[in-house]
Amino acid sequence: MTTLALAKAINEGLRKAMEDDPKVLVMGEDVGKLGGVFRVTDGLQKDFGELRVIDTPLAESGIIGTAIGLALRGYRPVCEIQFDGFVFPAADQIITQLAKMPMRSLGELKLPVVIRIPCGGGIGAVEHHSESPEAYFTHTSGLRVVACSNPADGYSMIQQAIRCDDPVIFFEPKRRYWEKAEVDTAGADWYPFDAAKIVRPGTDLTLIAYGPMVKTCLEAATAAEEDGRSVEVVDLRSLNPLDSALVMESVKRTGRCAVVHEAPVFSGYGAELAARITETCFYRLEAPVLRVGGFSTPYPPSRLEDHYLPDLDRVLDAVDRSFTF
Amino acid sequence: MAIDASRGFSQLGGTEDPPELVQLLTPEGERVEHPDYDIELTPDEIRGLYRDLVLVRRVDLEAVALQRQGELGIWASLLGQEAAQIGSGRAMTDADMAFPTYREHGVAWCRDVDPVKLLGLFRGVNHGGWNPAEHNFHLYTIVIGSQTLHAVGYAMGIQRDSAEAAALVYFGDGATSQGDVNESFIWASVFNAPVVFFCQNNQWAISEPLEKQSRIPLYRRASGFGFPGIRVDGNDVFACLAVTRKALDDARSGQGPTLIEAFTYRMGAHTTSDDPTRYRVAGELEAWKLKDPIERVKAYMFKNQLADQEFFDAIDTEADQLGRDVRKRCLAMPDPGPLAIFDHVYAERHALMDEEREQFAAYLATFEGADGS
Repeated sequence: MTTLALAKAINEGLRKAMEDDPKVLVMGEDVGKLGGVFRVTDGLQKDFGELRVIDTPLAESGIIGTAIGLALRGYRPVCEIQFDGFVFPAADQIITQLAKMPMRSLGELKLPVVIRIPCGGGIGAVEHHSESPEAYFTHTSGLRVVACSNPADGYSMIQQAIRCDDPVIFFEPKRRYWEKAEVDTAGADWYPFDAAKIVRPGTDLTLIAYGPMVKTCLEAATAAEEDGRSVEVVDLRSLNPLDSALVMESVKRTGRCAVVHEAPVFSGYGAELAARITETCFYRLEAPVLRVGGFSTPYPPSRLEDHYLPDLDRVLDAVDRSFTF
Repeated sequence: MAIDASRGFSQLGGTEDPPELVQLLTPEGERVEHPDYDIELTPDEIRGLYRDLVLVRRVDLEAVALQRQGELGIWASLLGQEAAQIGSGRAMTDADMAFPTYREHGVAWCRDVDPVKLLGLFRGVNHGGWNPAEHNFHLYTIVIGSQTLHAVGYAMGIQRDSAEAAALVYFGDGATSQGDVNESFIWASVFNAPVVFFCQNNQWAISEPLEKQSRIPLYRRASGFGFPGIRVDGNDVFACLAVTRKALDDARSGQGPTLIEAFTYRMGAHTTSDDPTRYRVAGELEAWKLKDPIERVKAYMFKNQLADQEFFDAIDTEADQLGRDVRKRCLAMPDPGPLAIFDHVYAERHALMDEEREQFAAYLATFEGADGS
């Protein structure tokens, strides 16, 4: 076991993947000498060279479009989109090409492209640097969408994403980049990256989260315990596919559920969860599935982001509301 | 308005001379020399090119007829662009990789893709029916210009493999306005990627003439990106072959990308859903008919006794047989079963696909026996 910050854990995961497979490439803006603006690719160009760690022109569509071409030639590119709000110029290549080409080819082509996106707010950034665009991608069939929440998952999930023959959108909660935890870099007996995990067991209510909100939910569960409520926390880890079995088992057991994400609630990923849970667990629910998330507004200026982002109190408020039914 | 069959020159710049076309065979079938782009072709090779041109035009004609009869939902005709496609297509080696739009039926022919397989997406039975790796001919790409970036990425892969190969990517005059095409120029340039950009300037992007895309001749755009651009007579199969061969050789030998503008004309509609009489005058088409890509080769072969009437008749017979065969096999193409909707969406097992496939299969099963079957 080693203690690593999330950014370093992903860095180590990338390094291991590049050592294991010479076809793995890293590409993006400033990923080379600088090591990425969050240092997630730090030292990789020095050790693997400019042919495998590519500083690209500043063109996100170009990054994804050429990554597709490299994948067609047998490479496994890992693309970095510098910030969540900058992925949109690449949306056309991701949605019309990357996601659809395997089906277009009747299964002849595989596109093992990973797109790493630092996501979410909480770092006091300017506009376009704090967004949560996951629902755009979970809505696009052909993509896998995952979000890591902690260093151990960052290390193992990035390697599994790279080994996967499907395109993977890999969300990294940027405000957790510097938070440290123990990582087993020796073992390879990984928890599957498309499976959810109960990260805190409980009996009275299920909190469902992913990425940056997992930690917030764990803190809320600890606080709720003081009120005598046993709150279970599920880290989804994979948004598409969704680990339905684990989610439904948990909610059927607790009978209450709140979904927490930073993205706007309206038409967000929580809506899909709420609908599915209601369909599957209808007779076991003691209360409607509640959603906690950002407002249906553009992401606010950073001095206001504490009000926008779900925090401990907003999550506890939802827990309280659930028990009023 | 005057009819100008050589449109595409800067109409706004005023003083500059019309750009020179590389031409090795005039519309009248006269062989002309060019200092930079000469080509030696054996009589067999010339007969082969002629056969290619005639056969792909015949396949195209059959596809248009199939659409008119309701057997295809839509078809994008290559009529008029045969020389650009056969010339460039025959310039490739087996190791080179082509990235087409949705109109490169002639290039597909050069890459040994069964013409019937091109019809699948137009008939609506699939989105692309061949294995690109088997033919080194990528799938048709419908979103304008997307494939240029794929070609550059593929070429970057060639560099990393230290392979003797190049990528050849097709797009039209309209595509040159797309961000992706311009990004692909930048990437190809800064990475010195072994890629050749083959722009078939057929003068029209559906209803929009070239003036809506550019104030300068398209081939000149290359200089701003830092690589050579060349304009070739796109209706001259010899010139297209020579120019593309040179550009591919340059790419393979580390000289970087080239932009080729094949100056040609879309003789037909954009697709079978289009009506060009709404936006262009008949005289323009008539002027371009005089520059037909097939007639000039035939005239050259006659004049130089490279073939006799028997040869031309035999090619026509072969073309008719091919047309009949394409028709027969198109009609025999089965509709896929409903559960094919879920096939190949993901390469690896995906829980949501399994779930929805199973639910839909169960739903379909409720109809079994309902009609007495």
